[in-house]
Amino acid sequence: MKLEYTQDQRAFRAEVRDWLEANVPPGPLPSFDLTREGFEVHRAWERKLNEGRWGMVTWPEPYGGRGLDLIRWLIFEEEYYRAKAPVRVNQNGIFLLGPTMMEFGTDEQKARFLPSMAAGDIVWAQAWSEPGAGSDLAGVRSTATREGDEYVLNGQKIWSSRAVFADWAFGLFREPGSERHKGMSLILFPLDAPGVTRRAIERMDGEKVFAEIFLDNVRVPVADRLGDEGQGWHVCMATAGFERGLMLRSPARYQVAAKELIALYQANKDRLPPSMAERVAQSWMDAEAYALSIYSTASRLDAGGKIGAESSTNKIFWSEMDIALRQCALDILGPQAELLPTAPDAQDVGAWLNDYIFALAGPIYAGSNEIQRNIIAERMLGLPRA
Amino acid sequence: MQFAFTEDQLAITQAAREMLVDTCTPADLRKLLAQGETFDKTRWQTIREMGLIGLLAPESSGGLGMTLADFIGIAEAAGYVGLPEPLVELAGITVPLLAAMPNDRGLLARALDGAVVALGHPVNPFAAGASHAEAFLLDDGNSVHLVDRQDATLTAQAGFDPFRDLAKVGFTPSQGTNAATGWGDTADRGALLAAGQMIGLAQRCVDLSVAYAKDRMQFGKPIGSYQAVKHMVASAQVKIEFARPVVHAAAAELPLGTLAARARVAHAKIAAGEAADLAARTAVQVHGAMGMTWEVDLHFFLKRAFALNQAWGTPAAHRALIIERMETLPVGPDKMFACEIPA
Repeated sequence: MKLEYTQDQRAFRAEVRDWLEANVPPGPLPSFDLTREGFEVHRAWERKLNEGRWGMVTWPEPYGGRGLDLIRWLIFEEEYYRAKAPVRVNQNGIFLLGPTMMEFGTDEQKARFLPSMAAGDIVWAQAWSEPGAGSDLAGVRSTATREGDEYVLNGQKIWSSRAVFADWAFGLFREPGSERHKGMSLILFPLDAPGVTRRAIERMDGEKVFAEIFLDNVRVPVADRLGDEGQGWHVCMATAGFERGLMLRSPARYQVAAKELIALYQANKDRLPPSMAERVAQSWMDAEAYALSIYSTASRLDAGGKIGAESSTNKIFWSEMDIALRQCALDILGPQAELLPTAPDAQDVGAWLNDYIFALAGPIYAGSNEIQRNIIAERMLGLPRA
Repeated sequence: MQFAFTEDQLAITQAAREMLVDTCTPADLRKLLAQGETFDKTRWQTIREMGLIGLLAPESSGGLGMTLADFIGIAEAAGYVGLPEPLVELAGITVPLLAAMPNDRGLLARALDGAVVALGHPVNPFAAGASHAEAFLLDDGNSVHLVDRQDATLTAQAGFDPFRDLAKVGFTPSQGTNAATGWGDTADRGALLAAGQMIGLAQRCVDLSVAYAKDRMQFGKPIGSYQAVKHMVASAQVKIEFARPVVHAAAAELPLGTLAARARVAHAKIAAGEAADLAARTAVQVHGAMGMTWEVDLHFFLKRAFALNQAWGTPAAHRALIIERMETLPVGPDKMFACEIPA
């Protein structure tokens, strides 16, 4: 056990920091969920990242990466959040589909999809949930009917983040007549293909963060199936492991938020009761605990281990920590907390409300926390199924 | 950066764990209490023969010169079985303390041979494992005094956990008893190792809950098949998962001795204490009315967790230390590890 960065790791951190300081655009970019323009500004940032070969540092060099280990990925993320660089518009691609493709994709698929993913040329959306298949994802009804070298896709997907403006989606479909976990396949399809209709869903604050996708006889080549035919459930669960357990929520996100919370607390300390220090400290401790846990997971994975049930414990922890942290900030702000960023007196505190609204979804997406608790109880602890 | 135990560390922990699980079952604990004892001499002999007492002693004294990071897994295992004998305190705290003394009056050699030396540190007014101690290290105005059994007056203090074997220890300080000018990092070591034991205790409480919930039938089904029960137990496991890495990091960082390192130890103690508290209370709830009884084994672990939560510094005191670190030292992802913060 050695909790100290090597000289190489320190040099890597310095290199990342220098590049980000020189290249991160000043001020926040316009939202990628409200307008096409905002989306394209984010895509341009992804291209710039890729020019510096920072798109996804863990990927092999031929696919646009640097072939680095997960500890260096954590260092990269730490610097990325420290620099307040833009939220990754392609996070569904680089953090979810990318690692899945690395594990299940053919060489042809990797060569075709990964470089364009790293470059932001193709921005991805996830198309798994359906109106009748949320927590019970095995209840998916959308179909992929095989006709020679093509699949014909039909059905309806929902809650697809970024899908309003994204380019491609990775969806879960089943062979007609198959049931539950059998007969499903993970299929990649362009969101502008004939037969695809997208409809934005407004979040409670009006942002179009997700969409419905309607598929009406959409034809895609069989070569765009990821993993074996009928093995879609297995492939999706591997994706979910990365999503919940490691990549979607790197710890730096919360450590930087905790640092900002501490600064907010110190700026307002004179008018706050002393008990507030304990709540701020708890959020900071939780962010550190999460980071330590991820460092330990990363060390294990770098040594050849596999991610397991900790995906579910992680997902519960970060989603609950996120809400508590933002709530603590709002409690410090008091009457200012309810102001939108556009309000004249919101100054720069409106972001806490935005982050709070987003945090409310944490216990729901990527598999609700109730499902995660079932997984922990049944697969980690061995309690009987209902 | 390598936040993982080595093969050697895992092997020694595994060997100690297997021995403890085999020799310290709840049935063994009950048998000991029925005999009116709090100390199993046969088990202590096995512990001594495995060389566990001298793991952290310098090689020049016949020890293995290991570190707290090597030992923390054994503290977890001792917690997991509710070990009555003071292995963790003796090997993890007292032996290193004796080894650092200019004149230990031969006590280090005796301790390595299995003699119990109990501690009366300022944060713990009652010495644990007192009735089996051959000698004591006691406090007088923050200097450490080495006191033989016959020179100490013991006032036994009955505790919730009978195996704690508590006593208030009186003595007359003198030049002759004075053995060191200060306690050094003793309280931090105590807090860290209490945290390690509480991780083990918490996991034991979850494991007992799972076993009972699989077995106990209500409404025609095992109660563990109901989500209300599953979710309670899962929440306790989540608490454990995010306390354990903090405890392991604290074991590696404690030797730095800086405020950042000491705050990590404080965090470890708080997090492990909360995990053990939640797991123990969850276990009582899962066991229903049986959870309140002497008959079910759960109480051995609940009581130890309850005691250790207040030992070696209270959660309130540790929280104050964390707030001091948070307010006076840099924070952020690149300032997480204690070695990134200069003293």
